[in-house]
Order: sequence, then structure tokens, then C-alpha cells
Amino acid sequence: MSLDRHRIAARVARDIPRGSHVNLGIGQPTLVADHLPPDSGVVLHTENGMLNMGPAATGGDVDPDLTNAGKAPVTELPGASYFHQADSFAMVRGGHLDVCVLGAFQVSVSGDLANWHTGAPGAIPAVGGAMDLAAGARRVFVMMTLFAEDGTPKLVPACTYPLTGLACVTRLYTDLATFDLGPRGAVVRETHGPTVAELSGRLSLPLAGGPARH
Amino acid sequence: MAVICDTAAEAVRGVEDGSTVLVGGFGLAGMPVALVDALIEQGAADLTVVSNNAGNGDTGLAALLAAGRVRKVVCSFPRQADSWVFEGLHRAGKIELELVPQGNLAERMRAAGAGIGAFYCPTGAGTLLAEGKETREIDGRTHVLEYPIRGDVALIGAHRADRMGNLVYRKTARNFGPVMATAAATTIVQVAEVVDPGTLDPESVVTPGIFVDRVVAA
Repeated sequence: MSLDRHRIAARVARDIPRGSHVNLGIGQPTLVADHLPPDSGVVLHTENGMLNMGPAATGGDVDPDLTNAGKAPVTELPGASYFHQADSFAMVRGGHLDVCVLGAFQVSVSGDLANWHTGAPGAIPAVGGAMDLAAGARRVFVMMTLFAEDGTPKLVPACTYPLTGLACVTRLYTDLATFDLGPRGAVVRETHGPTVAELSGRLSLPLAGGPARH
Repeated sequence: MAVICDTAAEAVRGVEDGSTVLVGGFGLAGMPVALVDALIEQGAADLTVVSNNAGNGDTGLAALLAAGRVRKVVCSFPRQADSWVFEGLHRAGKIELELVPQGNLAERMRAAGAGIGAFYCPTGAGTLLAEGKETREIDGRTHVLEYPIRGDVALIGAHRADRMGNLVYRKTARNFGPVMATAAATTIVQVAEVVDPGTLDPESVVTPGIFVDRVVAA
């Protein structure tokens, strides 16, 4: 069966090595935090300037001076630290983050990422830290639905939306399958419902691999 | 030495038309709203504003934009659910946007403050935001040449200052404050409290007073 966004997030969480320093992009990737085991030792980085960020703040814990990159109120865990933007992006750009998880409009089979701009006339783009994360994190994971609402594939031979980064995404988690991306193209790691042949047909893409089927 | 001002109006005195103004804050966290309100009153126009966002809601930076004082915004993330003021002005062709990746925004100001003439970085290589910029292969990777962003004025928010201008911040409201403080000719700081020298633990000072020109409790 295809996965909903919570189950995609759980699938991503399973692949994050213990003790990693991780940045979760705004939107759906923030759900990954809910699926990290309490003893994972994973330290969450939020690019507005904090390590060891805790869960969302509620009620009396809400503090306007303590937010995540999506500007939602959050909490701090023991061992948290605060730092300014140049230090925060030294962590991102200097290769200190083990993993970042981002959303995407499109991802190419070679790992190009498009997630900041639709390129539509009149659209106001917003990039935030996405280009820094794409270029700087040691591993870049993307989670998204495999098809847009109108049925258009979001895993493509080459992105048509403006790029965020080139050949940066190594792993793609979707509702229908998980892929490794790179110079060899898209390799199916596992599927959630369809066969590799069915996916290949719907995506109009050659797909290598295809071991586990769930 | 930092000057401790009695009012926000006194703190923003002398900002000239056409200035580049660095405005701290990530959304409203760390946004020096009293200084921005005072700048609206002060009347400087034709400003270039450098800030992470392009105003949230109707207060702070959004109010400065709404007052028609800003010619251009340099920021990383202008489009949000509550960025209606900027969007309206931009769509009407009344405000220019230079979109800068957040890490470049921070590092370009850091460079300005540290006397660095330019730097190469892989962020954005091969994308629209690097178009027309000089590139160089370093260690087998394409790097893009980025130049400093220098402010005539920085308006930042901090938690406490002492009378020497030393600053400490609070939680994620720190964000751009320490970087912007170094990058402007005149750095103006809004704090919750001004204390006597010796009150702040010197080991915990985040922005040393050398970077600070004017302070106001607001």
C-alpha cells in the first residue's frame, strides 16, 4: 500500500544513523522528528540558529524568541546551543551536517533538486537555506509524493523547474517507492504497492533495481 | 564607545535617504520593532533593506515597507503566509527584490564585517541565483564568487547590553544580530535592558561593544 506522509516520514527516520546531526526542511520533513526513537541520539539543527531543538512548543512553553526555521514555536532539549547565522551556515556549508531532509517540486534521476521556484511568471520565489543545505549537507534526502496532484511525475529525467542544486540528492523517499539517485540513474530500493515495471511505466523512466516490495 | 540613547527616535537620528539598512530578525524573533517604528517616524526614504525576510504581518519591517520607504529588499525568504505587504508592493512594481541564499546572506555580511574582499562558495552553483557570477573550480567543485554586503546602518535586537555596548541575546532571536552588528558603519541596538559594566559575564558576551554604536532600551 502507498504510504501517507507520516509513514514516509517514519521511513526516512529509520535511515537516519544514530547520533547524526540532522536538518529537517520546513513543511513535511519536520514530521521526521516525530518518528525518531527517543534513544536515537540524533541532534536536530535548525538553521535560524540552534542545535538539539526539541518538539513543538504549546501553551505556556511558547516563547517568541524560540522558533524553528518555519517560524513555529519550538522547545530546547538538554544540551541545546544557540548561535548566529554565520555559524549556523558554517555548520551547513562546512560539511558538518550528516543528513538534511528536504521537500521538492521535482528531483531528477541523477539527483538534481528543484524546490525553491516554480519559474511561473509573477511567482515570488523564496530560497531560504535550501541551496546551502543542498550544497553542504553530507547526505541530502528528499521526501515527497512521487506524482503531483495532476498526475505529473515529480521524479524526472531532467528538472524543468529552476534548480536548487545539481547532483545533490542521494536518496528519494516517496509514497510509492524509495530510490537511490546518482550517476547511474534512479535505482529502486523498495516499493510500496506498485511493481518496479508499473512504476517505470507511469514515470516513463528506466528504473534499475527493485528488490523488496511492501 | 557605544552611546546609550534615551529614546528609539534618538537612536535612529541621522539615517539618510538612500541608505542600506541591515535589519535583524528571523520573522519577528529578534526583529527590532521599536527601532523600525522610529525609522518610519524619522522619515528616511529610498532605502535598501537587507533582512532574512521581507516583513511579516503588518508590524516591524512590514510597516516600513508599507510606508513606502524601501526601494529594494535583499533577503532569502520573502514569500510566506503573512508577507502580504511585500507581495503587494512587489507585484505592483514598487519594490525590487534581490534573492540571496540564507548562508550567502550571512556570510556576505560576515565578510563585510571582517574585511574580506570576496569569497568563493559552492552554494547555488549552476542555478539561476549564480547567473552572471564569476565561478572557479576548487577541489573539483564549482564555486561561485560572492561579494560582501555592507550596511550604512544596522538595526538589531538583543536581550541585554551593558554601557560599554557589549551584547547578549536570547535563544533563536540571536540569528542575524551578531553578524549585522559587524557589517554596518553605524550599528544601532534595541535591548530589553541596559546594565552597568561588570554585570554581564565577559565569557558570555556574544557581540563585543566595539561593534556597537548606539543602544536603546525599548
